[in-house]
Amino acid sequence: MANEVIVHKVHKLRRVYVWEQPVRIYHWLNALVILVLIATGFFIADPLAISSSKEAANQFTMGWVRMIHFIASYIFFFNFLFRIYWGFVGNKYANWKQFIPTSGRFFKEMWQVFKMDILMLRGKEHMSVGHNAMAGFIYFFTFLAFLVQCLTGFGLYASMSTSWWFPKLFAWVPAMFGGDFFLREVHHVTTWFFIVFTVIHVYLVFYHDYVEGRGEMSSMGGGWKFIEEEVFDKGLDTPNEPSPKS
Amino acid sequence: MDNPNVPTAPTYLEEFKRKGYSRADFLKFCTLMAAYLGLENSSTAQVVQAMSTKPRLPVIWLHFQECTCCSESFIRSSHPIVADVLLDQISLDYSETLMAASGHQAEEAMKNTMTKYKGEYILCVEGSVPTAADGVYCMIGGKTSMQILEEAAEGAKAVIAWGSCASNGCVQAAKPNPTSATPIHKLLKGKPVIKVPGCPPIGEVMAGVIVHVVTFGRLPELDGLGRPKAFYSKRVHDTCYRRPYYDAGLYVESFDDENAKKGYCLYKVGCKGPSTYNACGVTKWNNGVSFPIQSGHGCFGCSEENYWDNGRIYERASAFPGFGIESTADTVGKVALGVTVGALAAHAVMTNVRKKKLIKGLEKEGKESEQELKE
Repeated sequence: MANEVIVHKVHKLRRVYVWEQPVRIYHWLNALVILVLIATGFFIADPLAISSSKEAANQFTMGWVRMIHFIASYIFFFNFLFRIYWGFVGNKYANWKQFIPTSGRFFKEMWQVFKMDILMLRGKEHMSVGHNAMAGFIYFFTFLAFLVQCLTGFGLYASMSTSWWFPKLFAWVPAMFGGDFFLREVHHVTTWFFIVFTVIHVYLVFYHDYVEGRGEMSSMGGGWKFIEEEVFDKGLDTPNEPSPKS
Repeated sequence: MDNPNVPTAPTYLEEFKRKGYSRADFLKFCTLMAAYLGLENSSTAQVVQAMSTKPRLPVIWLHFQECTCCSESFIRSSHPIVADVLLDQISLDYSETLMAASGHQAEEAMKNTMTKYKGEYILCVEGSVPTAADGVYCMIGGKTSMQILEEAAEGAKAVIAWGSCASNGCVQAAKPNPTSATPIHKLLKGKPVIKVPGCPPIGEVMAGVIVHVVTFGRLPELDGLGRPKAFYSKRVHDTCYRRPYYDAGLYVESFDDENAKKGYCLYKVGCKGPSTYNACGVTKWNNGVSFPIQSGHGCFGCSEENYWDNGRIYERASAFPGFGIESTADTVGKVALGVTVGALAAHAVMTNVRKKKLIKGLEKEGKESEQELKE
């Protein structure tokens, strides 16, 4: 059996402020707009057959759906920019080093997570208070997916928009890829990445809460996680920066 | 064109008159062209001025791997002067399809134009150039099309790539592209190439590009893909008269349904108008009679790169690469989602088996704490 070193003693827990308020707002705003973008995106790709006795002039179904999609995409984009900024000014759990491997320790922890949480083999205890190394690295790919969606989406939007200068900044994207067809396809395919990611993400939050009991689920609400004291003694709390010994 | 070494050719107006057109016809033509070019009303005079004073532009028109639909479209443009004068008189220096001469005489005529008007003539290319097997798939007069193109492009002032073949390869370049058909801009480095894509491009658009070059003595403003902005900056969708139905959410579900009879939007039966940049919705075809969407058929996207391989004609979704012709991004996505959910379910079961001790330990710890609180 894995994890035989389970001690039946009552742990002393320390409350750690892991997710700062801006990170939490970013997270939930992001979750909301992604849901909206997926739903409206699929509607735009394959609209429902609506029959109505109203004159076409009095209807604007697709127009509204597209408008919601575009508003949500603006929020998504600037929220994403904000998160990148926060990766430089936020606390260590929000730091960009959580997502991009800069040390051997990062890879070592990724391997441990893979062994223990995916293959469910016995392994050395790993402990990250924020994201574990594997999660952080996967978030890095989600950021790339964000970038792809922003580039393809605003690239497609550039020629439709006559409003202000911002969408025109993306006019080079269709030019680079030979037109809108390819962008549309990439935009659509990447949406599925978001869906699959969301399912796994939600599952793993349940999983970690279940097997670790550290308040994983509520942490994105209040920002707190409850960490065993000995973790601080061992200095295991982030993959990249050992915390100061308490 | 102000080069004194270049022999003076008759002006456009002279050519028009020689052909028997009145000044009224000439003015009509100029007005029409100014409108197509998107010029202000006052600029019509500029077109008239240019066409009456400037000597005709020598044009060499080459045909490679193509179907001649571009030439056909050009000679059918709405104003007779386009067919009779622009092409007949101006382009006849060399055009395999429309010139009277043939064989050595024709080759001679091309050579003459190339030397006489070096640096001044416009090279129009219709068709793609096959580069596989040293270019043997398309040879004219014993030369490969690549050799002919290189020779003709050397002294050309500008190169116009007519149609989708010359602009992006079109059907010859569709998978698997056995002849390695290559569009012109990829072969000519350092030469300005105006792309006028479409299969074929609209005749008025073609005439408009030439008139622009004549009137202003420079190339029209091009977009990021090298297409004249005047004709290719809007999507067919943006100028489509069925657009209100799109925004209203009213769509043709199949070609024989009630919605089709009502003239609803063809988006769901595969219209590519939303990703296609062309002037069809405004200029239309066959003397402004109609265009595909007006005739009840969705846009093909014929002026877009790779349109033969970019999805199916009657569906919005295109085949997902590597998963067979029937699989779209959505099929692949649904399968990926199903596999993920299955894997997570298995993982959840395994968690309860493999980490039983751990979970039990946590529960026990919690219960003990609860006991302590009660005491």
